[in-house]
Amino acid sequence: MRPPRRYKESPSQTAGPYVHIGCTPNFVGVQGIYSADLGAGPDADLGGALQGADVPGERITIAGQICDGAGELITDAMVESWQADAQGRYPTAGASFSGWARQACDLTTGVFTFRTIKPGCIQTSGGPQSPHISIWIVARGINLGLHTRIYFADEDNSADPVLAAIDPMRRQTLIASQRGDAYVFNVRLQGENETVFFDL
Amino acid sequence: MSDHASRLLDRDYSGQPEALTPAYKSSRLRAPCQPLLRLPETVRDVTGPVFGHDKLGELDANLVINAAAPNQSALGPRILVHGCVLDENGKGVPGALLEVWQANAGGRYRHKNDGYLAPLDPNFAGCGRTVTDAQGRYQFFTIQPGAYPWPNHVNAWRPMHIHFSVFGHAFAQRLITQMYFEGDPLIALCPIVQTVKDPQSIDQLIAKLDMGRAVSMDHLAYRFDLVLRGRQSTLFENRPEGN
Ligand SMILES: [Fe+3]
Repeated sequence: MRPPRRYKESPSQTAGPYVHIGCTPNFVGVQGIYSADLGAGPDADLGGALQGADVPGERITIAGQICDGAGELITDAMVESWQADAQGRYPTAGASFSGWARQACDLTTGVFTFRTIKPGCIQTSGGPQSPHISIWIVARGINLGLHTRIYFADEDNSADPVLAAIDPMRRQTLIASQRGDAYVFNVRLQGENETVFFDL
Repeated sequence: MSDHASRLLDRDYSGQPEALTPAYKSSRLRAPCQPLLRLPETVRDVTGPVFGHDKLGELDANLVINAAAPNQSALGPRILVHGCVLDENGKGVPGALLEVWQANAGGRYRHKNDGYLAPLDPNFAGCGRTVTDAQGRYQFFTIQPGAYPWPNHVNAWRPMHIHFSVFGHAFAQRLITQMYFEGDPLIALCPIVQTVKDPQSIDQLIAKLDMGRAVSMDHLAYRFDLVLRGRQSTLFENRPEGN
């Protein structure tokens, strides 16, 4: 049974170029308001620590950049991540592994970097899903935040129900490659090799 | 709550902006060309991070003084902004983290990329945050931000606004939006506001003057409610859950 929708979801508006003031103030030198930026690392004040020392799992680093339709690097975006732990369970409040992180792209290079643990396979009623990290991107010029996923090139992704639903030509836009000891996940907002974004 | 019980309603896009809105220039190269790929509800992100009240600083919801020197405060009209975070079913969303950011009374942001000639206010940073109570209610004190020019087109001015970032309980409910002020004539002229086509949806972004919560000789008040995506109701012991 479905309840009637009594209200409509509030419209999204772009995060604009100054999203940092509200979401990562310390990153842009607005200091002394919050002791640390939310979701910025092990010392973050609101439990954004992805890497508590006692969290089991393989430590990984994922780095990437975001390009627009002209191939220009975007330096004003903010990226958030949500993921399961190494056992494939999504964290609940108070867990030592928060599962969530937030990164502002570097204001010059546009690079975002997530240091986390590799998530496990996730069992859902839709079938087992390969290890992945959900990603949400906001920036000036993005009217509605963009959801996508990071999968890993060194995992067996052949049975994942989400990847299976994607045109094989576009599937590789969601798969992070290994370069040295880090994964690389670049995002293309528009045009050739455009990243697949989801209606969740 | 089981995976089944917590499924989200399909997103209603009728109140949301399109990705490509050429009148808002920055969207031209940043809007995906391909349609969004619809994920089956069984694999949607129905969970998400939860933040507690305990982690907030004492002054986080008071932008008038959270960056001010002792015994000083930010310049500008003092206002209380308050309201509810609801879901589409009309249920209050408790424990929702709201982060806000805004320009100062002169329309200038404390950001290295903002070079507008209006001065910075040494007693104002423009960032605040709060968490909704058990009924989904929130409030914060701030100053009314100024309108400011931007390079979208000749003589383009943003209406007075406060940016909001909202966390519900699911990552798929994540929302960033902007709050405008009732009666501001720049609302109708702004290509960012007008990325939303449905007039009633635009009205949801306009805070209403609330004299009932204004305090004489101290501050005005504005009411601003936010609606996040709702969950499907499922039959649980023969009654709809979540209603
Ligand atoms: Fe703004």
